[in-house]
Amino acid sequence: MTIAFRVVEPGLLTTIQDLGRPGAIASGVPPGGAMDRFAHTAANLLAGNDRHEATLECTLSGPQLVAERPCVVAVTGGDLGPQVNGRAVPMWTGLFLAAGDRISFAGRRSGTRAYVAARGGFEGDRWLGSRSTYLLVGRGGMRGRALRAGDELHLASDRAAPVVAGRTLAEIPDYGDRTLAVIPGPHFKRLDAASRKSLFDSPFTVSGQADRMGYRLDGPTLTLSGDELLSFGLAAGAIQVVNSGQAIMLMADQQTAGGYAVVAVVVSASLPAAAQLGPGDEFRFREVTETRARAMRLELSAALTSLASP
Amino acid sequence: MQPPRSTRRVRISPLGDTALLAELGSRLDTALNTRAIALAAALRKRRDVRQTVAGYASVTVHFDPEQTTVGALGAAIKRLAAKRPKIEVPGRLHRIPVVYDGEDLDDVMEALKLSRDELIAMHTRPIYRVFLVGFVPGWAYLGPLPEELYLPRRQTPRMQVPAGSVAIAGRQTGIYPLPTPGGWHLLGRTSVKLFLPDSDPPCLFRAGDRVKFFAA
Repeated sequence: MTIAFRVVEPGLLTTIQDLGRPGAIASGVPPGGAMDRFAHTAANLLAGNDRHEATLECTLSGPQLVAERPCVVAVTGGDLGPQVNGRAVPMWTGLFLAAGDRISFAGRRSGTRAYVAARGGFEGDRWLGSRSTYLLVGRGGMRGRALRAGDELHLASDRAAPVVAGRTLAEIPDYGDRTLAVIPGPHFKRLDAASRKSLFDSPFTVSGQADRMGYRLDGPTLTLSGDELLSFGLAAGAIQVVNSGQAIMLMADQQTAGGYAVVAVVVSASLPAAAQLGPGDEFRFREVTETRARAMRLELSAALTSLASP
Repeated sequence: MQPPRSTRRVRISPLGDTALLAELGSRLDTALNTRAIALAAALRKRRDVRQTVAGYASVTVHFDPEQTTVGALGAAIKRLAAKRPKIEVPGRLHRIPVVYDGEDLDDVMEALKLSRDELIAMHTRPIYRVFLVGFVPGWAYLGPLPEELYLPRRQTPRMQVPAGSVAIAGRQTGIYPLPTPGGWHLLGRTSVKLFLPDSDPPCLFRAGDRVKFFAA
């Protein structure tokens, strides 16, 4: 198979991701996949792919890639300053590259994770039905690890839909809006009155301990009461409170079970915004109903559907 | 005999907009766990359910939010949970050889006022139940531990516990499938692989299986 890209610089943490492996959680394997599934899916659709194809998830600083043959790419998600041959290029639209063209990133402007899709989708190791890289066990994607300088990226398929030039997303998500919608969780009522109030009234900050598994949050100390819990199955977006009163927000490579109180869970439509938070970013939680969460979810899927139709 | 009605109460709480937690009780109890595993298996057959995970006394249900709601699925779960559980088929029995030379063995002997032989005899005596598979790939919570071996977790968790370490904490015992941080007391090690990345499912133990340790 011919090489599509050569990795010149890998960036801080660039991994191959798709929509994950949700079928293995009963074995303790997290669902994984792209942290910002909206941006991942939009990148794929803009590049003429099915939403399940693998993209590159670029964290904080992007990679430098050289195209080895003509191809179509799309860059979405956090704005890490994408460039082609040293000149800024628009995000959220298809880009036509010639052999020898160089993709690079000038620096982080907003958000934390950018997604690069290439027409045909990136090839990668499949593990339990997914090409997503799961770093903890070293499986999936590029031999289970982040990209390194010198890696060669192949495409999964030569077949992809024709790409329409100039097509872009009607409404680009505002990653500057740092409010995450949550639904109170099973143990919300274990919080004392002051902590319930501060969960929604006080700002939280993503600490330095933040990765694909989850973010430790700095913020108000949350006080719980009640007996120790028996461990139970968890979900991405769950906000756990540990014994010290600190909150931890679980992300795509989450632990699949645990025994800490879950006081709230970020709704699926807010997980893309959560994925775009990085260490030092301040944000708030806002309580929503299941009905509101549904409306938010439908809004996002409508934006993507408009891309899928020619 | 049918257990009293009150023990059949199920508490449903949303876990965001695509999952819910159905709690059957709050005790570490084999009967509750048996019901949780049976309920998880029954729910997996529903079209509006994507995935289920049985906890000690709960089921986490990941559902398709375009097909159902927490309320509708919760009501169906309550109806299902009220049914008399089927007679449980005993889970597969795994015999696990252990070399009892763990880093915490001496401290545990001292804390529990047991000799090495007594400690090993007590840890190898029961047939443990796999209550829950999860946390990291291949991890299983086994129990209940004999009362004489109850110890709270270590004050300071280790940054790295080697894979294969056999450990105890509270009323539970387990085997670290991967090198991970951990706060349990290390009694020994086994060469048996818990995480099987090239198999599907990638994990030796399944919820409801039985585990017997023996000194190697």
